Amino acid sequence: MMISQFFVLSQRGDNIVFRDYRAEVPKGSTETFFRKVKFWKEDGNAEAPPIFNVDGVNYFHVKVVGLYFVATARVNVSPSLVLELLQRIARVIKDYLGVLNEDSFRKNFVLVYELLDEVIDFGYVQTTSTEVLKSYIFNEPIVVSPARLQPIDPAAIFTQGAKRMPGTAVTKSVVANDPGGRRREEIFVDIIEKISVTFSSSGYILTSEIDGTIQMKSYLSGNPEIRLALNEDLNIGRGGRSVYDYRSSSGSGVILDDCNFHESVRLDSFDSDRTLSLVPPDGEFPVMNYRMTQEFKPPFHVNTLIEEAGRLKAEVIIKIRAEFPSDIIANTITVQMPLPNYTSRASFELELGAAGQRTDFKESSKMLEWNLKKIVGGAEHTLRAKLTFSQEFHGNITKEAGPVSMTFTIPMYNVSKLQVKYLQIAKKSSSYNPYRWVRYVTQANSYVARI
Amino acid sequence: MAPPAASQRYPSPSQPSGKSEVSDLKTQLRQLAGSRAPGVDDSKRDLYKKVISYMTIGIDVSSVFGEMVMCSATSDIVLKKMCYLYVGNYAKGNPDLSLLTINFLQRDCKDEDPMIRGLALRSLCSLRVPNLVEYLVGPLGSGLKDNNSYVRTIAVTGVLKLYHISPSTCIDADFPPTLKSLMLHDSDAQVVANCLSALQEIWSLEASHSEEACREKESLLSKPVIYYFLNRIKDFNEWAQCLILELAVKYVPSDSNDIFDIMNLLEDRLQHANGAVVLATVKVFLQLTLSMTDVHQQVYERIKSPLLTLVSSGSPEQSYAILSHLHLLVVRAPFIFAADYKHFYCQYNEPSYVKKLKLEMLTAVANESNTYEIVTELCEYAANVDIAIARESIRAVGKIALQQYDVNAIVDRLLQFLEMEKDYVTAETLVLVKDLLRKYPQWSHDCISVVGGISSKNIQEPKGKAALIWMLGEYAQDMSDAPYILENLIENWEEEHSAEVRLHLLTAAMKCFFKRAPETQKALGIALAAGVADFHQDVHDRALFYYRVLQYDVHVAERVVSPPKQAVSVFADTQSSEIKDRIFDEFNSLSVIYQKPSYMFTDKEHRGPFEFSDELGNISITPEASSDIVPAQQYEANDKDLLLGIDEKDDNKGLSSNNGSAYSAPSLENSSNITSQLQELAISGPATSATTPQSSFGFDDLLGLGLSTAPAPTPSPPLLKLNPRAALDPGAFQQKWRQLPLSLTQECSVNPQGIAALTVPQSLIRHMQSHSIHCIASGGQSPNFKFFFFAQKESEPSNYLAECIINTSSAKAQIKVKADEQSTSQAFTTVFETALSKFGMP
Repeated sequence: MMISQFFVLSQRGDNIVFRDYRAEVPKGSTETFFRKVKFWKEDGNAEAPPIFNVDGVNYFHVKVVGLYFVATARVNVSPSLVLELLQRIARVIKDYLGVLNEDSFRKNFVLVYELLDEVIDFGYVQTTSTEVLKSYIFNEPIVVSPARLQPIDPAAIFTQGAKRMPGTAVTKSVVANDPGGRRREEIFVDIIEKISVTFSSSGYILTSEIDGTIQMKSYLSGNPEIRLALNEDLNIGRGGRSVYDYRSSSGSGVILDDCNFHESVRLDSFDSDRTLSLVPPDGEFPVMNYRMTQEFKPPFHVNTLIEEAGRLKAEVIIKIRAEFPSDIIANTITVQMPLPNYTSRASFELELGAAGQRTDFKESSKMLEWNLKKIVGGAEHTLRAKLTFSQEFHGNITKEAGPVSMTFTIPMYNVSKLQVKYLQIAKKSSSYNPYRWVRYVTQANSYVARI
Repeated sequence: MAPPAASQRYPSPSQPSGKSEVSDLKTQLRQLAGSRAPGVDDSKRDLYKKVISYMTIGIDVSSVFGEMVMCSATSDIVLKKMCYLYVGNYAKGNPDLSLLTINFLQRDCKDEDPMIRGLALRSLCSLRVPNLVEYLVGPLGSGLKDNNSYVRTIAVTGVLKLYHISPSTCIDADFPPTLKSLMLHDSDAQVVANCLSALQEIWSLEASHSEEACREKESLLSKPVIYYFLNRIKDFNEWAQCLILELAVKYVPSDSNDIFDIMNLLEDRLQHANGAVVLATVKVFLQLTLSMTDVHQQVYERIKSPLLTLVSSGSPEQSYAILSHLHLLVVRAPFIFAADYKHFYCQYNEPSYVKKLKLEMLTAVANESNTYEIVTELCEYAANVDIAIARESIRAVGKIALQQYDVNAIVDRLLQFLEMEKDYVTAETLVLVKDLLRKYPQWSHDCISVVGGISSKNIQEPKGKAALIWMLGEYAQDMSDAPYILENLIENWEEEHSAEVRLHLLTAAMKCFFKRAPETQKALGIALAAGVADFHQDVHDRALFYYRVLQYDVHVAERVVSPPKQAVSVFADTQSSEIKDRIFDEFNSLSVIYQKPSYMFTDKEHRGPFEFSDELGNISITPEASSDIVPAQQYEANDKDLLLGIDEKDDNKGLSSNNGSAYSAPSLENSSNITSQLQELAISGPATSATTPQSSFGFDDLLGLGLSTAPAPTPSPPLLKLNPRAALDPGAFQQKWRQLPLSLTQECSVNPQGIAALTVPQSLIRHMQSHSIHCIASGGQSPNFKFFFFAQKESEPSNYLAECIINTSSAKAQIKVKADEQSTSQAFTTVFETALSKFGMP
């Protein structure tokens, strides 16, 4: 159950931090790892799996903000444990530095070493709780400007656009004080839902799933207890029925297939009134993860048409319609579609007066790409692409192209209808009234329409 | 600030630069060493940071060791920490200088501030310098008694570090018993957890030469200790919970109530957001219920949903780890997951390593009710832009067809693939159609008409080409232009780079010749001539062989090359069920990710000592396992020369060449064509008489695999003399136990006196030893005791290994025997039983 080394490498393979806990792995493990990941060719896969073995050394890695978080182990450890640990180390470091990127790492590497020494001793995990670690850590974080922040976590999208959100909050270190020395009393609860939908060529939903997280980040002093009330009509588990049995899910209420909870969550009254109580530890953590296959209304309807136009030409028409209320605005929408291999050129035609839209044909990957800055609920947008082929196509052109896939973010909207009814902070003083932010967001995980 | 800039200047850590910078640092540090000026700590911090930064990027800064130590006289804890980090990194290489640090570290170990005591103790133990261990014992002893839990946690791990530097010092200082008492009484959960991991490591390493350590290690698995941990599992953090759960896996419950108690205690762990906790819990549940079929199945139902949630909630890396475990369970119990097949559909943006797992899962869960949907979905992927996945998808369709569901529709779809006119799709499909025809000859009519229309010019890949050629030869009578297509291919012999394809051409030409001699004669002549002149040894040999056998007698040749074929009923599995069981036993470990048992990828020193409790139940080979495989292999071998690539998966991974384990039957190697041909001769009946003595040797050799299943054991086993002073080291035993097939399983009663004597298990060991049967490991608790024995023949170094489980309540012993020499295993078993029956007798 122990690891041998932990290190972080930049995208170019430079060591950012390196810690050897057990001195049992030969020198050069960072180079070995980087070469293997960079030039992975085994199994016909282009991408190195997160775990592989080179000369008896097991390498585990996760990629966070383009950095490689790597652990090595000699013994046959639990892979989930190590990968979970790597992810958790990244989160702890982010809690401290506020912003996680190569720059903040390099500026704070001494602090990072300090953390690593307390997180792991002789290869055994000691703690990954930001809260517990606080009492052992003495370096002050050197804060880098969040302007250069890459959106790594879903919550980062709140910093884009939406003006009512205090943009800096998610990039604030849990230990650093605001200018003026006073900490603002506030707590963030984010309901983040990633949806996966596959439409058949005739527009029917083949599969759909919602993977949701209730994420919390607390800046409350004195760690008060918090009660979080969810929908009263919330149900968990779908009996013995197949989870894809849509006919039986027409009843009202939110039905989760399954969920799990952070270890701080107490479920004493969850069965009776759907309330979670917890004393939130410092730092960011998921209160609850849930999974849902209950039918929901997909936010976008996609319609694709391919028409042959002569022997060397064809036209593709993609129509997307936003199926959500008009006071909701989706942003950063990308539509992609692989075109036939022999496509040599594509010219695009957007609708009249289209603004904030960009189109592209990626020659090397034969990929059509259509970006839209935003889509207002209820709106419909169309793209026409005229394709020129380098050779005559034979057979069925639809077998050579597609499927159409979409990515998007829809703030203040959630498809599952799961809600945080109220957020109660148990603190005696009547004047105590911290900021409470409950935010919803829906993102595409895999949103695919076959043609 | 300096560090980032510095690292850009030295992008390559191996670059032997930075010398002048290091000597600059040295000077500056020296200047600051004695200074007490205000702000000096800040300047020190900056310098220290530079040193650490150089260290990180691989520049050797060991030369400033003295200066760093001189500067360490400070109360600034941040500085101290950096200094400790530095010292820990370089002490090993500078044992003499390390002596300098002992002083200040020992002083810090007595500091008022528990933080400093802890940090100093940790650094002291991390020096890894053997000749300094004497300085560790004192501080460690007081650290273990410290009233601050932070210091105690560090001291416990310190004991383990000391053990790794000098085991004897650690044992002589009596640290393990101290840890044990802390483990059972300390109020701090992390101290307890660290004690557990330290003791597990120490006692495992000690167990190989100390009976006491062996007993202590077993005592960790006693009921009171296990419940002590399980009852307060929620006091521990998630990582320590994993540790406890791993311990609980090894516990042998006394009865079913015990099992249900544990499962009830751990039920809510399945709802944990940490995948490692959930998987460790799942493992406990699976292992506990192995003997209770119904409950075991309920466990599968229960864990399905939490695992699926974890797959979709974590990062792609985490879901991959969980999915690999789900994959294992799906392949083990496909029917339980049959209704959940949609969860294994691939998403377009998933990494290919995830897609590959999912395709295998889809193949496994396919049954009557879902095959149509699954195959429809797989056909979508066949047009995928990711060619590797497209190929895998086509193979998956083929594998499902071979599982016999809805073959009709699948054949239609496969034939549609051929119309897609993508070269890799065509190649993959041809290979599948070929396999399908071997299993379902009744489809030949439909397939052949489509296959006949494919131009061989459009197929570049050897595997696809070989498959097409095989079909041309096999179905020459149904394809009107088969001889001419073959002729065409033979005329281009020189341009055919793949030996595999040339081998197939030879065989196909022969087969075609037997069916349509006049049209093929010329082509066959050219092929044989080209083959005999071929530089490739196998091609040359085969051509020559065909030529000679034709010369001898055409009818014999036909019986040899193209005997009537039976349809293949089951294609040989790639992995033996023993290997699969081992991987299952190693659930929640890398074995599941690599799909190999740990001994295949872990080197000996890191495998840990002979894990007794791990072995319990692990090595249970179901008796059918070995007998199942043999006939399949024989059949496969029969056709092997014609179809070299039976198992694409294996070929692609290159497993057959690199595992080198005892499990790949030698006759399956591509290079041993001769053997398989000879075997073919032997099997085809009358021809046997014409074969050389060599061939009968090959025949015996192949059948040798099946000796253990020979129906009639040696009628009267000869008396076996055993070597009273036999020796075998545990590692060799372990390896043999894994590699040898199971020869015999026997159950016998143990007499009551023997059961009574078992209150001291050692007595059985001594008793068996007096019969020249030596114990290598033993364990268990009433009522179940388990022993591993070995013995050697007196005259030659031929080993017998035996596992003996004695249940004292039923007074039964179960014996499993493995032997180097299969033929005498019965004799050994008799000796063993006789010896056992005398146990307890005066």
